[in-house]
Amino acid sequence: MLPFYYNIPAISILLCMIAGMIMPLLPNGKVALRVAMGVSAGVALLSAILMINIIPVNEYFTYMMGHFPAPWGNELSAGPLEAMIAFIFGLVMFLSLVGGSHTIFYDILPGKQKMYFTMMSMLLASLLAMTYTNDIFTGYVFIEISTIAACAIVVARDTPKTIGSTIRYLTLSLLGSGLFLIGVVLLYCITGHLLMPNIQEQVLRLVSTGLYTVPLTVVAGLLFSGVAIKSALFPFGGWLPMAHGGATTASSAVLSGLVLKGYIVMLVKIFYRVFTIDVIRDLNVTNIMFACGLAGMIYGSIEAFREEHIKRMLAHSSMAQIGYVFMGLGLDVNLGVAAAFLQIMVHAFVKPLLFLCAGRLSEVYDHEKSSYRLRGSAHKDWIAGIGFTLGAMSMVGIPLLGGFTVKYYLVTSAMMNPAKLWPALITLMISAVMNALYYIPEVIAIWTRCELCTPNPVDSNRGFDWIAAPILSAATLFFGLNGYSLIQLIQRGLALL
Amino acid sequence: MNTEIGFFKRLNDWVNGDEDRIFPSKNEYDSPELPEPPVAKSSLPNKDILFLSSYQVIAITVVLGLVFVLLYTVYKLPLFGVADNPAVNEVVERYVEKGLEETGAVNVVAGMILDYRAFDTLGESSVLLLAITSVMMLLLRDEKNIDPEEDLITEHEAVFEDQSRDVILQNVTTILLPAIMLYGIYVILNGHLSPGGGFSGGAILGAGLILYATGFGHNRVRKFFSMKTFRALTTTALLSYGLLKSYSFLLGANHLPTHIPLGIPGAIFSSGLIFVLDICVGLIVACTMYGFYAVFSRGEI
Amino acid sequence: MNIISELINDRFMIAAVLLFGLGFMNLLLQKNLIKKIIAFNVMDSAIFLFLASQGYINGRIAPIITNGILDSEVYINPIPSGLVLTGIVVSVSVTAFFLALTVRLYGIYKTVDFDEIMLLVDKEAE
Repeated sequence: MLPFYYNIPAISILLCMIAGMIMPLLPNGKVALRVAMGVSAGVALLSAILMINIIPVNEYFTYMMGHFPAPWGNELSAGPLEAMIAFIFGLVMFLSLVGGSHTIFYDILPGKQKMYFTMMSMLLASLLAMTYTNDIFTGYVFIEISTIAACAIVVARDTPKTIGSTIRYLTLSLLGSGLFLIGVVLLYCITGHLLMPNIQEQVLRLVSTGLYTVPLTVVAGLLFSGVAIKSALFPFGGWLPMAHGGATTASSAVLSGLVLKGYIVMLVKIFYRVFTIDVIRDLNVTNIMFACGLAGMIYGSIEAFREEHIKRMLAHSSMAQIGYVFMGLGLDVNLGVAAAFLQIMVHAFVKPLLFLCAGRLSEVYDHEKSSYRLRGSAHKDWIAGIGFTLGAMSMVGIPLLGGFTVKYYLVTSAMMNPAKLWPALITLMISAVMNALYYIPEVIAIWTRCELCTPNPVDSNRGFDWIAAPILSAATLFFGLNGYSLIQLIQRGLALL
Repeated sequence: MNTEIGFFKRLNDWVNGDEDRIFPSKNEYDSPELPEPPVAKSSLPNKDILFLSSYQVIAITVVLGLVFVLLYTVYKLPLFGVADNPAVNEVVERYVEKGLEETGAVNVVAGMILDYRAFDTLGESSVLLLAITSVMMLLLRDEKNIDPEEDLITEHEAVFEDQSRDVILQNVTTILLPAIMLYGIYVILNGHLSPGGGFSGGAILGAGLILYATGFGHNRVRKFFSMKTFRALTTTALLSYGLLKSYSFLLGANHLPTHIPLGIPGAIFSSGLIFVLDICVGLIVACTMYGFYAVFSRGEI
Repeated sequence: MNIISELINDRFMIAAVLLFGLGFMNLLLQKNLIKKIIAFNVMDSAIFLFLASQGYINGRIAPIITNGILDSEVYINPIPSGLVLTGIVVSVSVTAFFLALTVRLYGIYKTVDFDEIMLLVDKEAE
């Protein structure tokens, strides 16, 4: 018998999938919401137990799914890094569901609410499976699950605009999956294995003998482009603002905060466990990631600056933040990858905080979305106002908050790589200034008193007020204050990958 | 001359799917014309035309580049059909040589997808569940997607169809349907002994149900296959698949035996869980295929 | 001669790549949504052709154990067939979702032209 915590990855994934399967049997949407919240809280709890057991001993284990070890059967692999990411996924999904529950019942028809929660559970299952997988074909199957689930949670709101934006999201997402699948197929052709440790053996052998170098480079490029399209990296991120514009608040929070990150975590895992990061650096894939990251940072910031609609502005800001992640990955130093992971974690808390607060603030004014119309809303719902302010300050990079820690470590890692130092620094500077230029006016607008506006009385959403907003804001502060220890933890986790 | 040009233009439109008929219809039983689309074709501003044409140029160059890169890669890949492929290694050896004794399945592929790599198949069945859920989310009738005029037209068409069913279709269905269903069940049950399995068998069963629905009408099918049956069947099949496989995964990972008998290879009731899982998968696929047809054509199951 | 014989030997894979390019190009460039869906199906089928052809080994039979022969030199590689099974189901599911979206959009706008629909959607209120 293995120790109990070895079973936690499999139990979390299977729990979410079974919860998704039983949703049609539940009586109504409210019960389904409770089940979905329970499942995500359960996943967070289990991942916390896993973290407590693994981090002190710095252990990395693989777990057979079935009776047959690698390379004959499926396997999961988990370490400190995967456990932390799974904990964050579970916790943020729980908080998004809790905070956005009001608008879910307002936006989605009663007959379709259970289906929405099926999609949410399956989305969580696919994100966990992408984090824990040790097998690239399983990774592909769960990428497809997350594609359908993510598109479905956007279209759940059922207006012409969401259906149109879902078609664009679906088309681009399928292109990304197709490219990823060809990458997996070619990798199988040249190595003959589907499980990551075995592929790594073969890849190292191929690199040392010089056979099949062209296919290997092409595979790395295809896997990267597939993931880049799906995680809204420049120039493939055109679908993100449209998808956010109409979706319900909880969906936007999960889409921006979690879905985009799941693919990047899987890509990094593949790069580390299949190719080994040195091969990737030799193949110059990191240079492309760096260039696209820089371009994304600037493009996202400029577009956000021009945007009136608050949710689309947050979506463009997400594109810029994903640019940060890829810039960190492209810096060719281990601290850079750790900084990128820290950005993944911080952004997974801050973006849902911003979306939930923006959703609440617009409820004050009859679901208006333009910044002009949202003036003074924070005075009616000051918890949402404070949350939004904290999130915006973190994005700008004020010290003591998460965003500042990320920027600090990105700059430190850029200084370790003199070749890429100047582009990185200049882009970081431009991006920081632009972040301030579009977040600060929003913050000022929501706190400006507006004599002529007629706000609605807001029914208090206890879940949001007492659970979601405080925990998300506390997390932002936590990342700001504990940056050093977290970076150490992430680096130890990366060393085990 | 005029009719010739007209004919070729109509032929071209018919091939492109823009027109229903090549010859103008004289049949008074045609379904009535839908009202004029209320949208006038807007002319695009110049900026959008520029964007569209540059988008086309970029798309073509990207795709051509990708195709050339892939062709070059194919040239550099190991040769096709040769026995010393990197892909032929100890994994294949064990699947073929020990597959029969470890999984009990004569069909090595079935043994592989339902025993060695069962987690992938679990993911794949959930994809089916997700697809039917999302299609129902979009198309199941509710206040947001019913257009009263179209509704009326569909009702009239349905009444008319019920009164004048196609005789040929009905007679052929009466003869063929039992054979199709029997064949589908045979393919499902024999999944571990011969080519076939849950997925193909389920597709055949689903096709049989669709044939019955087109021949005899929606209401006849609803007598034995309604929304409740659909929900019950899919949920039971998926849940049993999920729970059985979780049992197998958790025990297997902890190196505990599962005590499921493997039977004699070659008999129908053999290969342990694979037999049950094939049936579950077959049911899911059959229900999903029919569900797609029903929701697309009528908006309800 | 070497190139020609290699081309003929690799005919499945080359056909697969060409079909993939065709499907990809049409997915991006076609205006009609139904044609986009067909192009996507062609693209996916091309990938499955590529994958399935990887399993074949000259002179061997399908991996159903016949006559009790358990030698792995007699059967082709069963793994790609299993992977293609999974892929086809995924492809069907995604096509169904895509078609449902198209049907809804047609019901609202009475057109299946992608560019027109995007223009009209942009003008919609939230």
